[in-house]
Amino acid sequence: MLSPSSGNTVIKSKLIGRRMFLLTAAKAIVTFGIIGRLVSLQINERSKYKTLSDKNRFREWKLAPERGVIRDFFDKEIASNQQVYQVHLIPENSKDIEKLFVRLKTILNITEKKLFYLRRVIAKQKPWEPIIVSDNITWSEFSRLNLFLHELEGVKPIVSVARMYPDNSSAHILGYVSQVSSKDLQTKKYLKDLHVPGMSIGKTGLERKLDEEIIGKIGFQRYEVNAYGKRIKQILINEGQAGKSFKTTLDFEVQKFTSELLKDKAAAVCVMDVYNGDIVSLVSSPTFEPNEFVHGLDKTYWNSLIKNEMKPLTNKTIAGLYPPGSTIKTLVALSALENGVIKPLDTFKCEGKIELYGEKFHCWEKDGHGFVNLRKGIQRSCDVYFYEVARKLGVDRLSETAKKFGLGKKVLNGFIEERAGVVPNTKWKKKFIGQNWYLGETLHSGIGQGYFQSTPLQLCLMTAQIANGGFEIKPRIIFDKKNNNLREYIKYKNENPNDPLPTDLLVSNFELKPLFKNQEHINLIKDAMFSSSNEPGGTSYRHRWEDKKFTFAGKTGSSQIKRFTEAQREAEVKQESLPYKDRDHALFVAYAPYNDPKYAISVLVEHGGSGGKTAAPIAKKVIKKVLERHELRKRIDSLLGEQV
Amino acid sequence: MFRARSIQSSLSIKDKILSIDYILVISIFILGLTSILAMYSTDGGELKYHTKSHILRFFVFFSMFLTLSFIQIRFWHSQSYFIYILFFILLLGVKYFGLTSSGSKRWLDLYFMNLQPSELMKIGLILFLAKYYHRTSIENLNRVRYLFLPVVVLIAPIILVATQPDLGTALLIAAGGLTVAWLAGVRVKFFAISGLAFLALLPIAISFLKPYQKSRILTFLNPERDPLGAGYQIIQSKIAIGSGGLFGKGFLQGSQSYLDYLPEKHTDFIFTLFSEEFGFFGSLFILFLYAIIVWRIIKIGNITRSNFGKLFCYGFGTAFFIYVVVNMMMVLGLLPIVGSPLPIMSYGGSSMMAIMLGLGIVMSCKVYKDTPVN
Repeated sequence: MLSPSSGNTVIKSKLIGRRMFLLTAAKAIVTFGIIGRLVSLQINERSKYKTLSDKNRFREWKLAPERGVIRDFFDKEIASNQQVYQVHLIPENSKDIEKLFVRLKTILNITEKKLFYLRRVIAKQKPWEPIIVSDNITWSEFSRLNLFLHELEGVKPIVSVARMYPDNSSAHILGYVSQVSSKDLQTKKYLKDLHVPGMSIGKTGLERKLDEEIIGKIGFQRYEVNAYGKRIKQILINEGQAGKSFKTTLDFEVQKFTSELLKDKAAAVCVMDVYNGDIVSLVSSPTFEPNEFVHGLDKTYWNSLIKNEMKPLTNKTIAGLYPPGSTIKTLVALSALENGVIKPLDTFKCEGKIELYGEKFHCWEKDGHGFVNLRKGIQRSCDVYFYEVARKLGVDRLSETAKKFGLGKKVLNGFIEERAGVVPNTKWKKKFIGQNWYLGETLHSGIGQGYFQSTPLQLCLMTAQIANGGFEIKPRIIFDKKNNNLREYIKYKNENPNDPLPTDLLVSNFELKPLFKNQEHINLIKDAMFSSSNEPGGTSYRHRWEDKKFTFAGKTGSSQIKRFTEAQREAEVKQESLPYKDRDHALFVAYAPYNDPKYAISVLVEHGGSGGKTAAPIAKKVIKKVLERHELRKRIDSLLGEQV
Repeated sequence: MFRARSIQSSLSIKDKILSIDYILVISIFILGLTSILAMYSTDGGELKYHTKSHILRFFVFFSMFLTLSFIQIRFWHSQSYFIYILFFILLLGVKYFGLTSSGSKRWLDLYFMNLQPSELMKIGLILFLAKYYHRTSIENLNRVRYLFLPVVVLIAPIILVATQPDLGTALLIAAGGLTVAWLAGVRVKFFAISGLAFLALLPIAISFLKPYQKSRILTFLNPERDPLGAGYQIIQSKIAIGSGGLFGKGFLQGSQSYLDYLPEKHTDFIFTLFSEEFGFFGSLFILFLYAIIVWRIIKIGNITRSNFGKLFCYGFGTAFFIYVVVNMMMVLGLLPIVGSPLPIMSYGGSSMMAIMLGLGIVMSCKVYKDTPVN
C-alpha cells in the first residue's frame, strides 16, 4: 500500500539532506567567523576598547588653583587674593542658550559684545566645560542671580578667589595678572597641562617671573557620567595645590612713601642694601592700577595708559634707559685711578670750556671751576676735569670698568621687561653703528652722555658696589636666607683687607669678588662723593642731612635730551624755561649713612632739570625713611638668620 | 509497515512525553534564564518593568512551546496554508490599523499585547513553503509554473513588511523562505536569476529607502563617518564588547549599558550587554547554547520521516541560525544595523512568540517523527 510517490519522496529526502549538509558547513564557517571577531575585539583589542569605554565614562572638570601671594620683607601681603563672585555657565545643561542670554542680560550687566564672545567660546568648547560669563560681579548682582537661579538652567554662581593688589605703589615691580591669551598658550610650556578656563597668569614683573611656581597645581574632579552628560557619581577629587607664596625684599612702607613723593612726576627710585643686594624699594612713577587688569581691562582706561606721555606702563627702574650723566663720573675717576692715568692730586684748569679736536666742549659752569683735582672734580661735577680724564683714559678702559660695575647688562633675573642699556666702546660702535669711534665721543662718554644708556637700577647697583668697598653684589628681590651674612663678611674684608677670613664667616663659602685693584681708590671716590653732598660747593650740598645718622654721600647728574645750542648757552637759558620734553633728566645716586654704609639709592626724574635741584631732595627724604626703618629690618633679618 | 507506522499516531501520553528532546528543552530553558539575568542588568540591577515582563513572556511562551509540542504534526501540515493566510491578514491589518512608533508601523494593538505580525510571518512563510514543497513532486519542482506560487507568497509579505518600513525583518523573512525553497531542491539558477533581477531593481529599491535606512547602510560601510549620529550605535557597541575583555566587567558592572551609552540594550543590543559584563567566555557560552539549539533542531529534521517535517526543521533551524548570526554580526560591526532581535534573549513578545511557535512545531516533528502527514 505504498503510495506511488513514496520512491519519489525518498529521493527528495536525500536531496534535502544533501543540501542541508552544505548549509551546515556554511553555518560552521559563519560561526567561526563570529568567534574570530570576538577574539579580535575582546582579546586582541581589549585595551583599546577599555580606554575608549573609560573615555566615555569619565569626565574631568579642572579646578583653577589659588595663586600664591607675594609678601614684602615684613610679611605684609602686597599681592594677595580676595573672594570674588562669578557666573559660570555649562552649555549642555541649558536647553536654550539664547533665551538664557536674554534673561541673564536683565539680571547682570552684560554687553552685546560680551555675548558675541561667549557664543564663540561655546562653539569651540566641549558642551560640558563651563564658560565664565562674568568673573567679577558685585554682591548685589550675585544675590539677585541666586534669587532667579531657578529660571536660569545651566548657570552656576561661583565664589572664587582672584588676585587683589592692596596698593598700586608697587604695581611695576609686581606686575599684574590677566587672562591667558592664545599666544601665552603657545609660548609658555608650563601652561600646557595647566590651562583652566578663566585662569589668570602673570603678564609682567614679578607675577610673570614667578608665574610657573606661584600659579600652583591644578586640581580636578573626575565624575562618572552617563550618555546624557548627567553626573552619576564622583570618582576622584583632587583639590590641586595652591601656588607657592613668595617673600620679597621690598619694604611696602617705603614703597608707599616713595610712591607718594613721586606723584605727578615721571620718575623712578631704587633703594638697595649695599651688602647683600636686597632691593628695598623699586618705584616707578606714574603708576597704574593693577587691579584693573585682573578682570578684563576697560578700553578707555587702557587708552589713557597708552596715550599718557609719562608712560605709566613702563617700569622705569629696569626698563627705562637714560644716559647716566654725571653720575658716571665716579666710575670715570675710579677707572682712571685704577689704570694709573691720573693721581688724585693731579689738577686741570677749568675755564668753562675746552676746545679739542676742533670742537668746543663746555662745562656746566660757564665761568669755569679754576684748578680742579679729583676730589673737587667730583664735588663740583666739573665737566672739563672729566673731559681731560676721559681723554687720557680712553673709552675702552672706561667701558671695562663700567661693565664690571654692572652697567650695560641685565642685573635682575627673569624680568622680560628689563633692558640692558649700553656701555659704549670702539668695538661696540663698529658692530652696532658701523662707524669708527671719534675721539670727541670719548669726552661725551666721560660725562655720561653720548651713547651711554643705563637703567636707574644699574646706577643704584653701581653706587652700592662703591659704597660697600668695591665688592661685587647681585641685586635680588626674592628674599633668600642665603648670603645674609654677606654684611659681616664684607665689613671684615674692608677692615682687615690682608687677613684671612675667620672660620665662622667662611661657612657660606661664596666667592667674594673685589672690583678694584687697590681699595684705596674706592675710598677716594667715596670721600669725593661725601664732599659733593656735604661740603660747601658740592652739587647737592643744599640737600644734605646734618644728622650723622642720615648723612649720605652722593653724586648728582643730569642727562641731556637735546644739546644746547650756542645761542641758548649765550642767553643762559634755564632748564625750567624749556618745553617739558626738552628738559634734562635729573639723576641722583647716593649711599647712606656715610660712616657705615647700609643702603644705596638712585633717583631719576624724567625732564626734571638738574639732579641737584630735583632728584637730590627726593633721595634725601627716602634715605631718611629707609634708615629709620633699618633697625626694624635688621631685627627681622636676625630673626630669620637664626632659622638658618 | 504502513500499519505499524500509523499506529504510532496514537501514542500514549507517556510515550509522547518521553520522546521530547530534553537537550533542546533544557538548552532553551538555560538560555531563557540567561536572558532574564541580562534583562535584569539592563534595568540597572532592579526588578523593573522590562525584567518582569520578560520573565512573564518567557514562561508563558515556554509553556506554549511545550504544549504545542504535543499537537499532531498532521495538524500543522493541514493548517499550514491557513496559518500563513491568517498571519498575512494580520500583516494587512498592520497596514491599516497598525500602531506607529519611531516612524514605522509594525504593531497591532491586541489589548493584552502589541503584536508584531511580521515576526510571526517568519514562521508562517517557512510553514507554507514546507507544505508546498512537500506536496510538489520532484519532477515539477523546477517547472516555472510551480515557481509561481512560492514567489508570490514570498514577495507579498516582504513588500508589506519592507514598507512598514522594517527592512531587517523583511530580509529575515526572505532568508527563511529562500532557505526552504533551496533545500527542497529548487535549482540554483533560479536563485541566480532572481538575484540578478534583484540587483537590477536595486537602484529603484534604494530610491524607496527612507533617509535613515540609507544612512544606516552608509554608516555600516564606514562607522566613523558620523560618530555621534548613525555610527554611534555600532561604535558604542564595539566599545562595550571590546572593553569586556576576557572575563567581562562583571554582572551589573557594564558601564557602557549602565550609563546609557549602549542604545537599544533591551532588544537588538542585548548580546552586547551580556558580552560587556561576562566577556569573551560569556559570549562563547551564549554562542554555545545557540549552537546546541540549532544542532538539535537539525537533528530532529534528520530523524523526522516526512519531508514536510524535514523541510520545516531545516528551514526553521537555518532561519533561527540566521537570526542569531545576523544579530551578532550586527552588534559586532560586521553587518549594518538592520534591527533584528536575538532569538529568546531580546526583549519583545512577538519575537519570543514566533520563536516558541517554531520550536513547538519542531518538537511536534520529534514527537510524531514517524507519523506520515498525509
